[in-house]
Formats: sequence, structure tokens, C-alpha cells
Amino acid sequence: MNLALSDEQELLREAARGTLSRVATVEAARAALEGGALPDLWPAACEAGWSGLLVSEENGGAGLGAFDAMLVLGECGRVLAGVPLLGHLPASWLLDRGGWDGVEAVASGERRAAFVGAMPPGDLDPGWTWDAPEGKARVPAGGDRAAWVVDAPGADVFVVVGAGGAVSVVEGAQVEAVTRYDATRSLGHVTLAGATATPLDVSPDDAAAAWHLAQALIAAESLGTVETCLDLAVAYAKERYTFGRAIGSYQAIKHQLVEVLRLLENGRSLLYYAGWAGESKPDELALAASAARSVAGRALDYATRVNISVHGGIGATWEHDAPLYFRRAQLSRRLLGGTGAATDRVAGEVMAALPA
Amino acid sequence: MDLNDTPEQAAFRARVRAWLDEHRDEAPPARLPEGGDEADYLAARRAWQGKLAEGGLAGVVWPKDVGGQGLGPIEQVIVNQEISRAGVPGILDVIGVGMLGPTIIAHGTEEQKARYLGPMLHGDEVWCQLFSEPAAGSDLAGVQARARAEDDGSWTLNGQKVWTTNAQFASFGLLLARTDPDVPKHKGLTMFVVPMDAPGVTVRGLRQISGEAEFNEVFFDDVRLDADAVVGGVGNGWATALTTLMFERLTIGLGSEGLGYRADRFAAPIAADPAARRDPDVRKRLGEVAADLLALRFTGYRTLTALQGGQIPGPESALAKVTTVNAAIAATDLIADVIGPDALEDGGEWAYAISFLPGLKSAGGTEEILRNTVGERVLGLPSEPRLDKGVPFSELRAKEREAGTRAAVATRDDDSGRVGA
Repeated sequence: MNLALSDEQELLREAARGTLSRVATVEAARAALEGGALPDLWPAACEAGWSGLLVSEENGGAGLGAFDAMLVLGECGRVLAGVPLLGHLPASWLLDRGGWDGVEAVASGERRAAFVGAMPPGDLDPGWTWDAPEGKARVPAGGDRAAWVVDAPGADVFVVVGAGGAVSVVEGAQVEAVTRYDATRSLGHVTLAGATATPLDVSPDDAAAAWHLAQALIAAESLGTVETCLDLAVAYAKERYTFGRAIGSYQAIKHQLVEVLRLLENGRSLLYYAGWAGESKPDELALAASAARSVAGRALDYATRVNISVHGGIGATWEHDAPLYFRRAQLSRRLLGGTGAATDRVAGEVMAALPA
Repeated sequence: MDLNDTPEQAAFRARVRAWLDEHRDEAPPARLPEGGDEADYLAARRAWQGKLAEGGLAGVVWPKDVGGQGLGPIEQVIVNQEISRAGVPGILDVIGVGMLGPTIIAHGTEEQKARYLGPMLHGDEVWCQLFSEPAAGSDLAGVQARARAEDDGSWTLNGQKVWTTNAQFASFGLLLARTDPDVPKHKGLTMFVVPMDAPGVTVRGLRQISGEAEFNEVFFDDVRLDADAVVGGVGNGWATALTTLMFERLTIGLGSEGLGYRADRFAAPIAADPAARRDPDVRKRLGEVAADLLALRFTGYRTLTALQGGQIPGPESALAKVTTVNAAIAATDLIADVIGPDALEDGGEWAYAISFLPGLKSAGGTEEILRNTVGERVLGLPSEPRLDKGVPFSELRAKEREAGTRAAVATRDDDSGRVGA
């Protein structure tokens, strides 16, 4: 039994924190809301080797695992860094698996990939689906236009999961960049009609695993943001005094902060589960990654709200950092199928796994 | 990331499994059979504990010189897992062997260790924990059970204890009593061994929501205790009690898998109902509960990783109980919604769980106290001001009454200037 981080993993996390600390990402997040340009973190990401993190060594990557990628995403989430890894990593993993010709350039980061993932069939819905441009109904995967694709603007290659979980590599797609509420999150609607599509030699199971990988990555990123919100709120609760004592001494405040910690630790435990399943128990990856996404989404919502309320009125002002994390939480929970779909899949998977 | 045993652990597991395979047929059923005789069943459970002890499956973490195996918490978990896998009951006296024995090992005299530990380990003498009182639970140091020193060095005990598991058949209890009311409350306490058959000891079953009596209340009327009943020194009762509470957390932590609150158990009755299975609201609630319970499984592995590395487990372990209880409450509530009134049929699995869980919120440390502890120790938040610091216990009640009077009028002259605005 050993779930401790290896020395290499500790190093990877420390290095990620170091790399991201050289850019004032949180300040940039506010400036971006006022129309400022976001810093381009891709060159630093490539230099750190993150672009090839999930690409095998023979294809020029680092050949690391899902859990290692989660560690990096967690660091990005801590500082709201707009590194386009959420789109790139699942795409690069599929390209490596499918032995795509240009994978070395993707591993080096010279060409950036984005993932047009499809939600795999569940116990009630037999089809593969994309996020809809609007509304509650999901759309069948494989159309001409994919909505709300994470990290689409500026991507060179799209890895597209279509009907039946068939995967193709698309180059020359038209991207309409869109920004919603969180200016640090790069999003786009991708028009596939008229672009060049080549089939990628991977199975529908691989396509499903890539979807679950993306779920685990956004969960890890979310929990990084939760960590920061907890740190900020705890620090403030120690220094802000009312009625002669620090507000963190009141149970009303203390218990909320402990609740954030509880959700954070439960989410972390599920990241371990997702990492372990990805490595050793592929049958449980859907359950593990969906559970991680579900708990991380709840934690993110709660933590960003508590961070605001512990700070009082000032926490809800434009000048404060708390709203930046809150904006992140609002949008993140609605991307990649949304946290609600992940929660539903947990129920479906648990019931499907019962002995008949 | 490795969930497998080390070679040494695998060898230990194999040994435990082989012993259980050989002796499984000698085990009594895990629960009293319907209509079975309680005394006979208890005798069988005690005998089985004796066999487990002989096989090295009881007192795993006890030192060798007092009859234990001298192993660590990982080996204890392996034993728990293998016993559960074999479908046999574990030891009867979890409280004695898991919490009270280790307290005597840490604080007892050589004579006490020689007299009590062997029969405790083998199930010949069952023990109970006499700490909580009607007016001292979360604030345990406020116990009022009073032991007065007599001229001959013996003690006279008066008072009441509550929530006492196994008191109805225990031979001894470990009891926290006040021996000096004129010093601050943590200082005037002493721990005693109390023979449960001593004159003046009365045990009464305490029925709970379900109607069953899983606990007792115990009354002490002029109970005489010998001088050598003191454990850990006169006036040192609080430090001695903290040792017990530390082992209580460890016992609960290592045994929590055994509570049986698993995602699949709660999913089964929902999956069996075709309408519920497709209902988005039911699925959302089940998904949230299942995700929480799955997290606990890996929280457990994180705890073991820490223990194995000689580290103290992190906050995730302390908060696991909060997650367990609240997830189980949400799950049984969902199941009652799905099944309807039949879920509440007396004696049924779900009615029993629904009745049991509200009390579990307070058992082994209330949720509120747990959140305080984690908030203060882990997040470093300041504690709330206390009125009892440094005040002799004998003056405390008067102070509490005075504070109560103040609180009653406080809304009228609240200094925030906002109340009622």
C-alpha cells in the first residue's frame, strides 16, 4: 500500500508551481476581464515538458500518467493560469495511442492540439453526444459544428470524437473564439465542415478513456482553485476581527472552512482513485473520474462562495480576487458535459456494476 | 501508486488467512440468531475471541511482553480485512482490546498489567468505558462522578455514566472521576478500574430510536474502590483519558470499513426499481452519495499510506467520519423516498439504519467538536473564548449560571447596533 507521491511527482509539482509563479496570472485574469490580453503560457508549458506529458517516450514525450497530468493541472488551477492543457492533453494522448504521424510536433508543443470530446454512452443513453450550443438536450456527436470546445482558439490540430466513438484528426477547422464570464478560459465553437479529417486508429474505448481523462483533469484543476480559496479565506479569518476576536474563532465561520477542507480532501482522494484506475483498473476509470469531477465541482462551487462570504462585502467587489475564482467556478462546472452529467454517470456506473 | 501489500504484508496476510481457513468452522455467527439465547451467544463470542488471541489475531498492536503481536496498524487492518473476508465475527471486546487495554499498557502499574491484560485479550473478562456523563460529553473534562479519598487510602465513588456499551456483561470498567473539585476541571480528575460486580453499581439498558438498547447508563452509589484501582496516578486522569481517546480514534479509523456503508449497498434497492433507476433526481442524489463513499475508500488508503510511513494521518482521516455519517443519512433518506413507507417497517434493514444514524452523528465525538478540532489543529484557526479556563471546578457551575442569566438579556443591549434594525 503506497499512495504517497513519488520523488519525481513531488518534483513535477514543485517545478510547475515555480514555472507558473513567474507570471502574475491572477492579476492577468482581472486585466483580461477589462479586455487585456492574457499572457501566453504555452512556450513555458512546452519548455517544462507539459505538452508531451502524456505522449510516450518513443514519440518524443515524457510518457507520464494521468495522475502526473492532474498534478500539473492542479497547479494551474491554483493560480487561474490559462495554460491550454485541458484541451491539449487528452488530444495528445489519443494521437500517441493512434500512432499519428505528426505526434512528435504535438509532444514538443510546436503544434498545439485540442480535444473535441464526446460523452460516451451511459446506462440510459446509447449514443455518443457533444455539448449543445445552448439548452439542456445534448447533441449527437459527429456534426459539422462543435460548441464550447475548450482551448480551441489557436489550436493547430483537433482530435474529434464522432458518432460511435470514431476518432478523427481534423486540420484547418474554423474556430469562432468565445469568452464567457471567466476570461482566463479559452473556448471556441469549431466548424468542422470543409476541414481535412483523417481517421485515427484508436478504439471507442480509447475515445471514452480520453473523455474520462478530461473529466479527471478538470477535477484536478478545480481542486487547485479550491486550495487557493481555502488558503485565502483562512488567512482572512485569522486577521479580521469582529466583537473583539478573529472571525475564524466563531464556529459559524470555522465550520464552513472545515467543510471546504472536507470537500477538498474527498476530491483529492478521488483523484488518487482516478489516477490508480487509469493505471491499473481501466474498468473503473469512468466511475472514478466521474466521481472526482462530481465532488470537485461541488467543492469548487462551495469554496468560491465561502471565500466571498468570509471576506464579507469586500469579497464581492470588482477589486477583490475572490470573484475571479468564483467566475472560474461558474463556467468550469458547465463545461465538458457539466458536473451534473458526471454525477449522473456515477449513479449509472454504480448501478450497472451491481451483480445481476 | 500501489495498492498491493509489501512482501512482508503479503506473507502476514497469507498466515492470517490460513489460520482463519483452518478455524472458520469454530466461529459463532456474526449476530445473535433469531430466537437464540443471548447468554449462550455471548459465551460463544468470548470463546471465539480467546481462539483469535491464541492465533495472534487479537491484540495485534499490543506489545509482545503483554501478550500482543507487537505489530503495527497496517497489520491490524490486514487482520480486520481477512476476518471480514472470512465472514466470521471479530473479537467481542473491541473497546477493551482496542482502547482500554492500550491505556493500561501506557499508564498502568506492573501489577495492573499482569492482572487485567491477559483475561481482557482472551475475552475472559470484558471491559467497558465509563467516561461520558449526562452533563459531560463533548466537554468530557466536566465529569461530575466523584471519588472521595478515605483515610485508609481507598475511595468512595458516586455518580452516573451514560452511553456505556457492553456494561450489561462487562467485568470491569475504566472510569474517569473527579477527585479534586477545587482545582481547574482538567486537573482534578483520576482514572479508576471499577469491578462491575461491586456493591453499589447498577446497570440499566438505554433504549434508542430503534427501540433496541445498544448502550447503558450506569449508576454508582457509595461504591468502594481499593487504592490500587487508580490508573495513571491521582490527578492525572485527563492525560490518561486522552490516551484512550487517541486509541478510540484509531480503532474507529481502522475499523470504519466495517460500518458497511458502501455505495453498492445503497444502490441495490434503487437499481431494483425501474422507475427510480431512470429518475434524474434519484440519480443525482445517488451519484452524490456514491461519490462521497467512494472517496472514503481512497481516504482509507491515504491513511494507511501515512501510518505505514510512520506519519500521523492528515485531516482527511479525521473528517472521514463526518462524510460517512452524512452520506449514509442522505442515502437512507433517498432509499425511503424510493421504497416508500415499507422502508420504515420495524425490524427492517433500512428502518434500523434510519434510526441508528442520527445518534451516530454524535458518537465518538460530535460532528461540531470534530469540526472545531480540525479547524483549530489543521487550519490553525483560533479557538473560541472559554469561561472555564483556570477556574476551579467547584466555582464553575455558579459561573455558568451567571453566564446564562447574562445571555438571556444580551439581545437588548447588543453592541453591534444592528439587531432588530
